[in-house]
Amino acid sequence: MNSANYLYLSALLFTIGAVGVVIRRNAIVVFMCVELMLNAANLSFVTFSRINGNLDGQVVAFFTMVVAACEVVVGLAIIVTIYRSRRSASVDDANLLKR
Amino acid sequence: MTSNLIVYLIAIPLFSSAVLLLSGRKANKWGHLLGTLASASSFGVSAYLFTQMLAQPAEDRAMTQKLFSWISVGSFNVDASLLLDQLSICFVLLITGVGTLIHIYSISYMSHDLDRRRFFAYLNLFIAAMLLLVLGDSYLNLYVGWEGVGLASYLLIGFWNEKPTYATAAKKAFVMNRVGDLGLSLAIMIAFASMGTVSFAGIKEAAPQASTTTLTAIGIMLLIAAAGKSAQFPLQAWLGDAMAGPTPVSALIHAATMVTAGVYLITRSNFIFDAAPTAQLLVVIVGAITLLFGAVIGTAKDDIKKALAASTMSQIGYMTLAAGLGPVGYAFAIMHLLTHGFFKAGMFLGAGSVMHGMNDEVNMRKYGALRKFMPITFITFGLGYLAIIGIPPFAGFYSKDMIIETALNAGGIKGILLGSAALFGAGLTAFYMTRVMILTFTGTKRWDDDAHPHESPILMWLPMAILAIGSVVSGFLFTRGDALVHWLEPVVASHGHEEHSELLPPIVVSGIALTIVLIGISIAVMMYVRRPIEDVAPENVSALTRIVRQDLLQDAANEAIFMRPGQALTKTLIAVDEKVIDGAVHGVGAMAIGSGSELRKSQTGYVRSYSALILVGAAAIVLGIWVITQ
Repeated sequence: MNSANYLYLSALLFTIGAVGVVIRRNAIVVFMCVELMLNAANLSFVTFSRINGNLDGQVVAFFTMVVAACEVVVGLAIIVTIYRSRRSASVDDANLLKR
Repeated sequence: MTSNLIVYLIAIPLFSSAVLLLSGRKANKWGHLLGTLASASSFGVSAYLFTQMLAQPAEDRAMTQKLFSWISVGSFNVDASLLLDQLSICFVLLITGVGTLIHIYSISYMSHDLDRRRFFAYLNLFIAAMLLLVLGDSYLNLYVGWEGVGLASYLLIGFWNEKPTYATAAKKAFVMNRVGDLGLSLAIMIAFASMGTVSFAGIKEAAPQASTTTLTAIGIMLLIAAAGKSAQFPLQAWLGDAMAGPTPVSALIHAATMVTAGVYLITRSNFIFDAAPTAQLLVVIVGAITLLFGAVIGTAKDDIKKALAASTMSQIGYMTLAAGLGPVGYAFAIMHLLTHGFFKAGMFLGAGSVMHGMNDEVNMRKYGALRKFMPITFITFGLGYLAIIGIPPFAGFYSKDMIIETALNAGGIKGILLGSAALFGAGLTAFYMTRVMILTFTGTKRWDDDAHPHESPILMWLPMAILAIGSVVSGFLFTRGDALVHWLEPVVASHGHEEHSELLPPIVVSGIALTIVLIGISIAVMMYVRRPIEDVAPENVSALTRIVRQDLLQDAANEAIFMRPGQALTKTLIAVDEKVIDGAVHGVGAMAIGSGSELRKSQTGYVRSYSALILVGAAAIVLGIWVITQ
């Protein structure tokens, strides 16, 4: 199987994630889209590792997972707190910094 | 030492003024008495000093008293010191003498005024400032008094400042005086810059070495100062409006003393004017213009005080004319100043007495036939009248005749022009003063039914009587053996005494002057005795009369030449300030605010838009790298 197909899949997943972040309002969905983008990047790293025949990309993928795990913890905590205080998980409602 | 007494001349009225101003309503009961007493004691001191001076030989009569060292910077020293010499004693006696009489008069004249105490405080302030003006031994000391009398004049013109027009008149006088004051301060600066001293003695010493240009510049600046204070052309417009003040003020400040300060200044600066022929010529021209200007205005005034004010302007024109005629003229200027102080103050007090009896009516067309009701006022006013028009042997005859003679003998075409101006002015004076007499005291009664003319109380007519005696005898006394001329010689005499050939013998000049005066009287009699007088001013008059009624358009001219261009300049400057300078500052601000608010629009507060921006940015960077590495 051609390795390039993994890159196409990665690009597709990244695009879906990016579009989701931009157009969706629900914070949870936005958050999931961010995860999707991270994993698309991971897939690219692993693919390039395979293409180049070394382990650098795989190592970076692990780091990404660790960062993603941390991000999930912090991000979910923020979302839950916002939901508690504002009774809404819509990202558009949290626009107090505008003024 | 008698010279130690000089300071008390000023200190007594100044102290009394301070007491009256600070003690408030408590002093209402005795304030006028204190004020009068202060003025009278000042007169007493000056009379004593005068006798002391008389006892000395002529060259030792001047005395100085150093009060304290005022300014001491390097080699430049100004002492606050007083100089009492033959010239200043004339003024001191006039100021304190006439001043005391007017204080006495005011006790009665102002008795119904709630603010009488304040009035006396200002009068005392004026006396003190005027004495400082004539006693200062340097231009800087004189300047302090000069400003002081300006302030007192402002306060007294606007004494009844509840009337807006009176307050405006006070402001007008103050502002026009400031224009003149500018001239005086410039003269002091030029003198200091070129000679390094501002004292009379110092400048007198340095003047012969100074260039004619410098002296001419100083002379012209001094002339501007004199014109402002003495209501001379072209700064004459304030005097008529200054009649808004109470009548004693008009008598003291705007007839006898303050307005003559300009003549004093020119006489005191004789060493400058004698060495600057151009400035001297300008003095003569200003005097000649003003004496005709004032006399012409006087012919059309129905307001008795304004007619007298126009006459004052004209008479001071005579003094300025004489002072501009050089060494021979100074003494005659001072003589006319002193006699004028008597008869004009007396006539103003007479006008006040008439107003007192006529419910403060000032329109002469509403008077008539007052001779029977106010005999003392009629007699004292009449003596002043005979003095001002120059009927011998009254005071004005001697002093005015001297001036006319000096003008005629000034030499050449200049002498003939000045002499005829002075003669014509004498005729006009006779005309308008006769008109005042006829309208006020003779003819039929034209006053309203609610007026009850009556003679004024003794406190008012006594000063008038004393001044009337002065108007009768002063001219005769001053000219006995040229008494005043010799008295003033040490101050004003020039070193190179030049003799003018006499154009006409004195007796002929007197004859011509008398003839012209009689012509003026007969024209007035024909116009105002033979014809009935209307109690409102007739409207169908010639354009010339209309212009004269508007004071020869002096206010219109000032407004057209100075006020409106000034306002236009101010408006332009305001517009420039608002549009250009404020515009630039506001523009910078608006630009910052505008660009800020434009940029702010990108900050929507939506997470999506930020993430989209990040995405686009990242894509753009990737694209850029791709394009570069291709």
